[in-house]
Amino acid sequence: MSDLDLDSAVETFAEEAQELLVDMENALLALEDSPDDSEMINSLFRAMHTIKGSSGLFGFDVIVSFTHEAETILDQVRNGEKNLDDTLISVLLDCKDHTTSLLEHCIEDSSQPLSDELKAVGDKLVVKLTGKNSSAELQVATTDILLESIGEGTDLNDSWLISLAFKTDAFRMGVDPLSFLRYMKTIGKVQAILLLTSELPESDEYDPESCYLNYKIAFKTDANKQTIEDIFEFASDDCDINILPPNSKVEEYISLLEDQDEDHVQLLGEMLLNAGVLTETDINKAIQKQSDTNEDEKPLGQILVEQQVVQHGLVDKALQKQEKVKKKVATESNFIRVDSAKLGHLINLVGELVISGAAMNLMVERHGLPDVEDVAETMGSLVSDIRDTALDLRMVPIGETFSRFRRVVRDVSKELSKEILLTITGGETELDKTVVEKINDPLTHLIRNSLDHGIETPEQRLACGKDAQGNIQLNAYHESGHIIIQIIDDGAGLDAEKILAKAISNGLIPEDHNLTEQETYNLIFAAGLSTKAQASDLSGRGVGMDVVKRNIEGLRGSVNIGSIPGQGTTITIQLPLTLAIIDGFMVEASKERYIIPLSMVEECVEMNSSEWEVDEVSHYVNLRGVAMPYLRLGDYFSEHGKSKKTERESLVVVGFGQNKAGFVVDKLHGEHQTVIKPLGKVFEKLAGLTGATVLGDGNIALILDVQGLIAKAISK
Amino acid sequence: MSIAVNEQKEGLTLLTIQDEMTIYNVLEQKNTIYPHLKPDHELQIDLSAVSEIDSAGMQLLMFLKNEAIRKQNELSFIHHSQAVVEVVEMFNLSSFFNDPVVILADWNDS
Repeated sequence: MSDLDLDSAVETFAEEAQELLVDMENALLALEDSPDDSEMINSLFRAMHTIKGSSGLFGFDVIVSFTHEAETILDQVRNGEKNLDDTLISVLLDCKDHTTSLLEHCIEDSSQPLSDELKAVGDKLVVKLTGKNSSAELQVATTDILLESIGEGTDLNDSWLISLAFKTDAFRMGVDPLSFLRYMKTIGKVQAILLLTSELPESDEYDPESCYLNYKIAFKTDANKQTIEDIFEFASDDCDINILPPNSKVEEYISLLEDQDEDHVQLLGEMLLNAGVLTETDINKAIQKQSDTNEDEKPLGQILVEQQVVQHGLVDKALQKQEKVKKKVATESNFIRVDSAKLGHLINLVGELVISGAAMNLMVERHGLPDVEDVAETMGSLVSDIRDTALDLRMVPIGETFSRFRRVVRDVSKELSKEILLTITGGETELDKTVVEKINDPLTHLIRNSLDHGIETPEQRLACGKDAQGNIQLNAYHESGHIIIQIIDDGAGLDAEKILAKAISNGLIPEDHNLTEQETYNLIFAAGLSTKAQASDLSGRGVGMDVVKRNIEGLRGSVNIGSIPGQGTTITIQLPLTLAIIDGFMVEASKERYIIPLSMVEECVEMNSSEWEVDEVSHYVNLRGVAMPYLRLGDYFSEHGKSKKTERESLVVVGFGQNKAGFVVDKLHGEHQTVIKPLGKVFEKLAGLTGATVLGDGNIALILDVQGLIAKAISK
Repeated sequence: MSIAVNEQKEGLTLLTIQDEMTIYNVLEQKNTIYPHLKPDHELQIDLSAVSEIDSAGMQLLMFLKNEAIRKQNELSFIHHSQAVVEVVEMFNLSSFFNDPVVILADWNDS
């Protein structure tokens, strides 16, 4: 392997290991809630095992020796020899962190010896891991007892074990257990029979017409399970029937399971049914039981074994098979790793395609070719489909970002000795990967803030009459072309007086201000308003609230804060779904073309002075009884500050959040697929614009920063 | 009366069941036989005339046996008819009753 190959291989390894570690962390955190999830435990084991294996390949011995210890423990956990309790989960979380550090160390320069600090941490963890062994508990298969009690001296390996427990009404319903036995003799040989008499009541409680019989039969036959079950079908309402396949059949079933189609993942029940191990009745009964007893956590396999309709080994085998298929499907599947640069390139190309599409439409229109128009239209709709699909490729659910905060919340709440529960909703909401990446830091900061300043200590909470456990909720949903992310806590809320006092003393607002509550809260995003007095190492991580706001606005989003004192704070972040291409609405003012994001356009009306009671001085219109500020785009962007009024003007009503404003323009051009091109550095500070786009005819149209302009219009 | 009661001697009663033992008459049979289970008393039940027995009948025999043990009454079943033997065998209960069973020569184990 050349150096180059090796480098790229190491890179792949690092990426894969990181992913596994993230999985591991998620699994650990999930296991805190449901400690018996074998799937999760398996994924822990896999993570350590795979990292150990691959590290060995590259000679990263420090990782190998450390992960080996963790792997050993996890293997014990997996086999039920060790309990996965909270302490162990904490240690394993630390192990995950340590593995990450080791990984970084090795990737940077594996020839360097490990720093003493890292070494000490590792040693301590190993001691914690291996130090105490909780006593091993092993399950004894119930079926073995059954086997022993019946057939002494008889080889029952080839026999079906049938347990019949009749209900008391069986005789009265005309069921005679004897008749089953007689019939069974016709299709096979009853090798042993055990009649349980312990159920028989004493003296007067005995009702001769009730049935108290319970028997277990070892039955040798060539018939399959369904046939045997059919014998008892007639009595199925009056009798609990369990039919356990013979041990010798297990082999056969295993090979049947082995041969099953590997193309798609089947449910456990389905697999066992297809192999003929179980009948549909068995499965329905088990599922019924699962839902009846609220034993949701109990896996179906376990219930089946407990009901003695299937051997433990078979369930294990089926589960293994299922796992194998799952893995195969997962690896084969449907995911291709693509370099994000390639995706970016594709999106750029699609952007160009959109522009040249627009140019073509222009030509078609100019030359008035009706037959070409049809073709152009079809192509236009295809192009917009391609655009959507290409953008969709970059869409990722926000859930992954959200679940990273589980760890943050967990660690911070431990550190601050607060009890905080994080609830995540709307994790499936998708948005552009680039946006996701850029929103991570601001979100972290906001969440830390909520944890640190928002949620009170358990004592304070109890004193206020709240639960000792604080709640913080991360929520996401789509709304008119935007994604809304909310951070909701049920903490103390913001202290408006304090904020105002601080803002006045910092000279941010005049003393005779008349700010609304909302505006007051939003002051905490102002640059000068530092909360340093109460900052800890948690929320003083160098990103102030002003930076948070700037970052979010840099993504063409907005952030708002709402608070009810004593009840909590809600921070709402509004972000565009994508940064590349939007549906725009093109307008013209003073011969200049502007694009307004279509999702923000609420309506267009004729600017009719008499009807709308236009107030030319303070720039207000009365739109159907509602006063609304307006802005003349021509005036606003023209050099001289005043532009010529044209005959027909239109008012485009735009809305962002709760704010509304009108833009007065000369002409409406309608919808336009807009490829956003960033403005150069020189124009970065320009208020009211977020970017530009190239039109079909080669001209430039400016994309309006609606949010900024609304603020401008309101303040005027 | 489908059950003939004979006081053989002091402390020994012989009951002869002269009917089938099925779900249709187990209740009546239980009510007749049960009072005869007295402590320190011997009871013999002749099954030779039982032409047919079903699970309910068999269950009654088991119940009687259990009760006899509980009440320290000596109970034995005698002269099992072919129908009874067949069912006892089928349920694998001969060791439970522990009665000497006469197997007729023409009785064929299937």
